[in-house]
Amino acid sequence: MAMALVCDIEVDLGTPRRRSEQQVTLTIDGRRVTVPAGTSILRAAGELGTQIPKLCSTDSLEAFGSCRLCLVEIEGRPGTPASCHTPVAEGMIVRTQTDRLARLRRGVMELYISDHPLDCLTCAANGDCELQDMAGAVGLRDVRYGYTGENHLSDRKDESNPYFTYDPAKCIVCSRCVRACDEVQGTLALTIAGRGFGSRVNASAGETFLDSECVSCGACVQACPTATLIEKSVIEIGQPERSVVTTCAYCGVGCSFKAELRGDTVVRMVPHKDGKANHGHSCVKGRFAWGYATHRERILKPMIREKIEDPWREVSWDEAIGRVASDFKRIQAQYGPRAIGGITSSRCTDEETFLVQKLVRAGFGNNNVDTCARVCHSPTGYGLKTTFGTSAGTQDFDSVEHADVIVVMGANPTDGHPVFASRMKKRLREGAKLIVIDPRRIDLVRTPHVEAAYHLPLRPGTNVAMLTALAHVIVTEGLVNEEFVRSRCDLAAFEEWAAFVREPKNSPEAMADVTGVPAEAIRGAARLYATGGNAAFYYGLGITEHSQGSTAVIALANLAMATGNIGRPGVGINPLRGQNNVQGSCDMGSFPHELSGYRHISDAATRALFETDWGVGLDVEPGLRISNMLDASIAGRFKGLYVQGEDIAQSDPDTQHVIDGLKAMECVVVQDLFLCETAHYAHVFLPGSTFLEKDGTFINAERRIQRVRKVMEPRNGFADWEITLAIAKAMGYPMRYDHPSQIMDEIARLTPTFSGVSFDRIDELGSIQWPCNEKAPEGTPVMHMNGFVRGLGNFVVTEYIPTDERTGPRFPLLLTTGRILSQYNVGAQTRRTQNVVWHEEDRLEIHPHDAEQRGIQTGDWVRLQSRAGATSLRALVTDRVAPGVVYTTFHHPTTQANVVTTDYADWATSCPEYKVTAVQVAPSNGPTDWQRQYQAESAATQRIAAPLAAAE
Amino acid sequence: MNRRVFVPCDAGAIAVGADRVAAAIADAAARAALDVEIVRTGSRGAYWLEPLVEVATPNGRFGYGPVKPQDVPGMVACGFLDGGRHARALGKTESLPWLKRQTRLTFARCGTTNPLSLDDYCAHGGGKGLARALALGSHEILKEVARSGLRGRGGAGFPTGIKWNTAAEAKGDLKYVVCNADEGDSGTFADRMLMEGDPFLLIEGMTIAALAIGASNGVIYCRSEYPHAIATINAALAKARDANLLGKRIADSPHDFDIELIAGAGSYVCGEETALLESVEGKRGQVRAKPPLPAHAGLFAKPTVVNNVLTFAAAAWVLAEGADEYRGLGYGRSRGTMPIQLAGNLRYPGLFETPFGMTLGELIDEVGGGTASGRPLRAVQAGGPLGAYFPRALFDTPYDYEAFTEKDGLIGHGGLVAFDDTVDMAKQARFAMEFCALESCGKCTPCRIGSVRGVEVIDRIVKGENREMNATLLKELCETLKWGSLCALGGFTPFPVMSALTHFPEDFGLARQPAEV
Repeated sequence: MAMALVCDIEVDLGTPRRRSEQQVTLTIDGRRVTVPAGTSILRAAGELGTQIPKLCSTDSLEAFGSCRLCLVEIEGRPGTPASCHTPVAEGMIVRTQTDRLARLRRGVMELYISDHPLDCLTCAANGDCELQDMAGAVGLRDVRYGYTGENHLSDRKDESNPYFTYDPAKCIVCSRCVRACDEVQGTLALTIAGRGFGSRVNASAGETFLDSECVSCGACVQACPTATLIEKSVIEIGQPERSVVTTCAYCGVGCSFKAELRGDTVVRMVPHKDGKANHGHSCVKGRFAWGYATHRERILKPMIREKIEDPWREVSWDEAIGRVASDFKRIQAQYGPRAIGGITSSRCTDEETFLVQKLVRAGFGNNNVDTCARVCHSPTGYGLKTTFGTSAGTQDFDSVEHADVIVVMGANPTDGHPVFASRMKKRLREGAKLIVIDPRRIDLVRTPHVEAAYHLPLRPGTNVAMLTALAHVIVTEGLVNEEFVRSRCDLAAFEEWAAFVREPKNSPEAMADVTGVPAEAIRGAARLYATGGNAAFYYGLGITEHSQGSTAVIALANLAMATGNIGRPGVGINPLRGQNNVQGSCDMGSFPHELSGYRHISDAATRALFETDWGVGLDVEPGLRISNMLDASIAGRFKGLYVQGEDIAQSDPDTQHVIDGLKAMECVVVQDLFLCETAHYAHVFLPGSTFLEKDGTFINAERRIQRVRKVMEPRNGFADWEITLAIAKAMGYPMRYDHPSQIMDEIARLTPTFSGVSFDRIDELGSIQWPCNEKAPEGTPVMHMNGFVRGLGNFVVTEYIPTDERTGPRFPLLLTTGRILSQYNVGAQTRRTQNVVWHEEDRLEIHPHDAEQRGIQTGDWVRLQSRAGATSLRALVTDRVAPGVVYTTFHHPTTQANVVTTDYADWATSCPEYKVTAVQVAPSNGPTDWQRQYQAESAATQRIAAPLAAAE
Repeated sequence: MNRRVFVPCDAGAIAVGADRVAAAIADAAARAALDVEIVRTGSRGAYWLEPLVEVATPNGRFGYGPVKPQDVPGMVACGFLDGGRHARALGKTESLPWLKRQTRLTFARCGTTNPLSLDDYCAHGGGKGLARALALGSHEILKEVARSGLRGRGGAGFPTGIKWNTAAEAKGDLKYVVCNADEGDSGTFADRMLMEGDPFLLIEGMTIAALAIGASNGVIYCRSEYPHAIATINAALAKARDANLLGKRIADSPHDFDIELIAGAGSYVCGEETALLESVEGKRGQVRAKPPLPAHAGLFAKPTVVNNVLTFAAAAWVLAEGADEYRGLGYGRSRGTMPIQLAGNLRYPGLFETPFGMTLGELIDEVGGGTASGRPLRAVQAGGPLGAYFPRALFDTPYDYEAFTEKDGLIGHGGLVAFDDTVDMAKQARFAMEFCALESCGKCTPCRIGSVRGVEVIDRIVKGENREMNATLLKELCETLKWGSLCALGGFTPFPVMSALTHFPEDFGLARQPAEV
């Protein structure tokens, strides 16, 4: 069963699937076939197993009709229509093989080959070339035109893109790449330039691929039937000989990929057509940026040191694990059982995350476990649980295909969640309306064939004011879906909420000064959301990472309930989750107060379930959050930390505070691929494994549980779950698993929303969206269909309370942060790939007005100062940001954007307020003293002692 | 006494000096203190007589031509304003045998009126079609057009009634009427003549189509090489809008309809209807695969009727005078009249509108007057650069869609280009391939690569390289082009090539063989 997925063969039926109530029966080569109306003859034949020769068609793209190989004869019709763009008709009689058709196909192929190099044996696509296959299929034996005629054989290659080459000499001008860029990716970076024989694929306006608008998603490479667009890795290594289906370890979209290998060398990652989250599409990160797995800076041996000033010393696994256990036991003996804790990773698998929290709760005997979701989507969990009853997004990604109005707020999907953004753009190109609520003019506001109906560039920190003003319009203008509210929601709560939002202080006019957005635009957007058909919210950290993050999530939920935009496809509240497994790490009980499935630790029944299964007593008290652990450390009460795959020294706010906290600990254990920033303050370094080296599951933003499958042995020796097992054993709490599937079985046993999940079941279904149990044996794509999980939907009053972080004379600008397509989060992985060609450094975006006042030009070094600290980086003057707002990314440790962010946080969940920091910007000469000192320190703490044998 | 003199403003007449002749007449009249009104009209289509100057007399209009500016003083002296005798005098224009022999329906007004005068237009029968259409309503218009037997005049000869009916039945919040005025065929000029000489007729025809299918927007896609036509159409559109014939609630009916003119950018293939639609959408002029038909999903994916200038003009006549009148003329399944454009090496080149059914020989030898060079006529290319070459042996073919198809030829847009015996038919065949290569949009393989290889293969045949094999290859290539191409550019290129090879093998250095299909 599992093998079927691991070695699946993808059949290309030539044209996309059509959905129709009406079925059509026709006869192809004497065999009857029934297909939905609108299906092409080519696809209908494919369903019968009849492969009509084709080159320009592929089932991810609409029919184009250019290669003229798929010609057929149809009884009663003149000529030889192309089967790719001729739809089936009832009773049609088609012949796909006649002498005339054979002659025509051979004639076309003879023309192709007359302008194609005859270097098949040395071609990188040898064995994986559709042109080669078709030449064989049509029986081409001779090219009578010779090879001396006009041709493109000496056209120059474009090797500018780090990951693929474009070789025009091999191009058959089928336009598959152009159409993939148009239809699948939606960037429209490619075109055919020239006409007739001079027609050539062109990136932007005659630029190189690297300089063009190409976003390197790989869709064109994927679509190319020849070696014209091909991965450089295939050119270097050769054709892969086997493949393993697995899940991408970058963002929360959770793209399914086929890792294609020669031996245990990854040749390329190819998006998996049957992937339910990505449907065969990919982005530059998942598709190409996996080289970090074999980067020379990856640490493969365990290391320890006495003090962080010492150089690292490579030791055996036994010694390293022994050191962890003895230090942790000593600390607990000396400072009490609650003096140590652990941090789970949203980059690791569900099984690994579950194990770390189990280690902390059962092995350490406290609840001091937290995860990086703390700093991103913890308000989502809180807000949606409060209103709907579940801590997760309400839809699947496919839902967007049914949306008529799409609201994107505090998210930048084309950079942060590019594969989903492509699907969103497709829907927008089909005519759905777009509202963007973001301080910055993100790409989606205006992109080819997409333009936002409304862009509300609100002032950072005013989300709740904006959302409440939208609600005010909906309530006061009579746009509430009363039937929905009456039947599905708590009426008393609704009345209280409606009375609140109706108050004049919440009107767009009253809020215009606060949000900085004209009232009329807010009114227009509210009307569109309430009356434009299926309306869906998509949001990101621009909602959650605020002092009122949880309030804003609640406000979104209020709007969805008030307008009835919840509980069916096309609507809902959709958090775009940042990390590959941030949903999973939350689901697995990574928070100090919750066991898996969001059940509070204080609940005796739940605790008893775990205690019985685990054979230990559990602490009743919720443990410390990350920020509390650091506070407690500075206060001398917290001394040991096990950090699995998270870099809190770079990703968490107020870097100096984090460093101070780490420095005050006696044993910091970091398990990671690289010597990350946090490792500078570590005493034990345990080399981690990549997603390519282990089995397990990830859960994406749509609650989809997908398999991670081991494609190669861990280069560091162990998968991460095995390392946690070793620590548990050394700590005196042995856990026994031979395979991660057994961990999932335990999760299912202990978690009602996962009770139907197992590795076998996932292999069988491809993927599963939780809840998956007796009530929903195949999972739940869309939630709250016939009632909210909590029963009646709960409206909650959302009073706008301005953040304490305010601008003033000293700090007149507001800094907000985000990310860029080519880099991922703290950049530990992507900075160790060739993705750096697109983004070498973080830059500060500043409006021309603010820049001019300060005498700043693009490229100038500027000093960015907040109450918390200062850093320097280079400026990019742009009107993407409004006057008064500056923006930067946080991908590079040298920038240390989080030196300036403050320790203000969400009132409910402590999620840091990354998105609002009052700052001043001034010209500078280069990095700050702090940055220089940090770099020196960082170099010092990264030293690894030469092995003794070599030293002697 | 006020005298009215008519001088064409047609681009073809201007090219041979009509503007200068008009200036000379004005000048001479001023000098002689004569009260002369010079009316600029379209062309009568007798291009060998251009500039053809006419004067209104109590006995009708008298013609003089071809007039050179230097002829004007002498003409004035001879009293041409009263129809006086002169070496250039042609007598009563209407009595010219060349005009008399015609049945002018579409071009009835062209050459007689001021193209931009709506009063002239209405005084000479213009507007009747629209008035009747408004009275009839969509359903009856469709029936009328279908009954007339009118077929698309752009080249394909598709029944207009069926096309309009399909678009009328298609569902769409917005529908378009698009006029293909990208007249790119060598030796054709009927669209230009009509747009310059009787633009309101085109507007009327398009408006009738809009009423029939329920369209609110119209586009005239005109090749940029027709600056005079573009200027005339734009001026006419403005006047029609002023007169409430375009815009909101046209002619006080409940219907909205307006037309925009868009100029092409010099691509022949944009005369192909789907490439034209791409071009109007602002995209690369590239042919679309059909289906979907434009009538279902055309301009901006909305139901769209795309017709040639002459089709819309004929439809206006059909509505004005009745379907039965129209279908009463013609031959076989080719009903009504065809404005045939005679060009190339002919004594009497020009536009000749006649019911279908005259033989090719009559048209060339009698109407066209044989070669201008006086040398023996060798071949006639019918239907533009993608049309077949007819040898004299086939001159008994009646001018009719089906009869031409039977002879492996096509009527196309009504062009006939004559060649005398100095023509090298191998060169003509090569030119056809070269033309296809130059104008191919590059989308489909047969046309994109095949046209280039076609040139190379013909060169090899002519050079005598492996002649028999290459001739076979050329025939097979033509088969691939004909059946494999996406549109008529690649699909019809074999017509000139194969007809040259079949009828004139000796020009390729090949022996004459019994004709084969």
